[in-house]
Amino acid sequence: MSLSGNTDGTDRTPFFAKLLRSQEGIVFSLAIVAFVLFSVLLPSFFTTGNLLVLVRSVSILGILALGMALVVIARGIDISMIAIMVVSVSWAFVIARAGYPFEVALVIGAVFAVVAGMIIGALIAFGDVPPIFATLAAGSVIYGTGRTFFFTLEMQNVPPGNDWFSVIGQGNVFGIPVTIIAFAILCVVFQFLLSRTRFGWTLYAMGDNPSAARVTGMPTRPMTVAQYAISAMVAYVAGLILASSAAAINARLFNSTMIYDILLVVVLGGVGLNGGHGSVRNVILGTVFVGILLNGMTILNIDYTIQNLVKGVVLLLAIVVDSIVNPRDEQTSQQGDL
Amino acid sequence: MKTSFVKRAVLATAMLAAGLGWATAQDKGLENPRSTAFHTALKDKTVVFVPLSMGFDLTEGWAAQMRKQADRLGYKFEVRDPAWSTDAGAKAIQSLITEKPDLMVIHNPDIQSYARLLKQAQAAGIKIVQINLESNTTTDSYVGADWTEIGVKAAEAVAAKCDAGKGISTKVAIDTGVPTAASDVFQLDGIYRVLKEHPDIQVVSQQATEYNPEKARSIMSTVLQQHPDLCGAIGIWDNQDTGTASAIKEAGKSDQVFLVTSGGGNRVGCENVENGLFNLYISYNVPLQGDLLNQEIVRLLTSEGTAGEVQTMYFNPLTLITKANVNQRNCWTLDELK
Repeated sequence: MSLSGNTDGTDRTPFFAKLLRSQEGIVFSLAIVAFVLFSVLLPSFFTTGNLLVLVRSVSILGILALGMALVVIARGIDISMIAIMVVSVSWAFVIARAGYPFEVALVIGAVFAVVAGMIIGALIAFGDVPPIFATLAAGSVIYGTGRTFFFTLEMQNVPPGNDWFSVIGQGNVFGIPVTIIAFAILCVVFQFLLSRTRFGWTLYAMGDNPSAARVTGMPTRPMTVAQYAISAMVAYVAGLILASSAAAINARLFNSTMIYDILLVVVLGGVGLNGGHGSVRNVILGTVFVGILLNGMTILNIDYTIQNLVKGVVLLLAIVVDSIVNPRDEQTSQQGDL
Repeated sequence: MKTSFVKRAVLATAMLAAGLGWATAQDKGLENPRSTAFHTALKDKTVVFVPLSMGFDLTEGWAAQMRKQADRLGYKFEVRDPAWSTDAGAKAIQSLITEKPDLMVIHNPDIQSYARLLKQAQAAGIKIVQINLESNTTTDSYVGADWTEIGVKAAEAVAAKCDAGKGISTKVAIDTGVPTAASDVFQLDGIYRVLKEHPDIQVVSQQATEYNPEKARSIMSTVLQQHPDLCGAIGIWDNQDTGTASAIKEAGKSDQVFLVTSGGGNRVGCENVENGLFNLYISYNVPLQGDLLNQEIVRLLTSEGTAGEVQTMYFNPLTLITKANVNQRNCWTLDELK
């Protein structure tokens, strides 16, 4: 992003060339191209209703990506998000079906998610376990614990008699689905957190140079614990919205490609895996681009396997073009990308 | 005179004693040699179940019934859970071929993956019952739904509602699961056989959901945007179609879109019929399948024949559940089967 032009306005590079100098710019251009193509080719694509469905269908992915982006900016990664999401929400539903008030059950689910996130954070912060291994292993442990002790069936319907709950995933305010509103609110909260608070600045500092952040006296360990607690809580909230919109949660999502879809959104949007840069804007861009692709392909009735293929090819293209326009330098070769 | 009295007395005593002896024998009952042989034949035998994955209504239901019978009849019952991994399932079968249990109950992820392994297992002398999802290889027995029949029934129901002049339009959407599973390939054949006889009906969307309710919800939302006058939808599995139904409900089209799904008849699926989410629920009745499965296990364990010598199959009857006949008898919970 630092190459995107001089601030004094002397850069005479054409606008498109400037745009194509950063991954964010490339993805933005691709998104515009896809959007225009679909709008021209598919008569029913460019309608208010479809655009709402488009954003709505990827809102949950976007919310999860916000949590992931927060961790990635601080040079971590959270592979355990889906496990935390499905186990905490499923457990809450099981508790409610066992006779506890639904609200109490939801609080228990939230506490479980946060505690799980804090334990993972502590493993990374105090145990110096690399985040990718800590969260990969923790994900399996959490899912295994859930399936063994909390619930037998993978599929848990929303407990009956809680109509208010269906509003989160199925309701509309002035014609806009509540899911989109929830995504928008969380975007604002995260934008504020990242750009206006000491917590946010510390995250960027930790991502940019963890050793320097520690030496300068930043509380990097408690910060790490907090990051994973926040991403776990985000996962829980996303799980509730998901369960509300589909009237059920399926723990099998743990075995799906969802965690890679989240990473796809984060990386495609331009949040670098080597930490220290990226913002909510990148997450929104990634989310909307994936949304345009999926929606267009669904309208075109393209086979699921081919949809996955297209997603993969687009991600590869974005990364390849990024490597060409932003060659690796001394700093990245020393840091590594992950 | 005295002699004859003594004689008679002795005779009477002897007869009484003999009578009493007979009576005593009658009190203790008669050994049924067939019962003894039956139990002896089953004792120390081993049956292993390789499901798609444990943790969902179908596999948990069958396993509960198989375990109950094994406990009653004194043979060993084990589950090797591949947790949705076809690769892990194939490895489990491979290692079972060397372990040589007496019988394997196989739940095939698709029609091809285990085909060769099942042949090998039979060649090694292991008898095989396939449950509900067939492989290309026929084995000692198949018990389960006739997926073609389910497809035919689903399409007939939709055609009855959506054929020309009957519904709001003649548009129908199909949500499949995993394109290579027996449930998909055979059911689609059944659906299209019927639709061929109703040329006015248009299939406007056919998408795979990977059995994921949220994916199903998102697809149906997009389809309803493109075709607000959709008349019918056929889903391939009730667990995924809670999502399809939520999208229809959210769009306020529950009265317009006739949704047909199929499943094992779990209470949770029936709840969705009661609350109007599913219009027709074709149940293949897990408790009934479990009974048939148990019967086949015993028949094969006690049979003198070698593995693969005689191949049989039985397509269990289907129950068509609508709001009018959804009741306790048609629907089950896991606790009832345990």
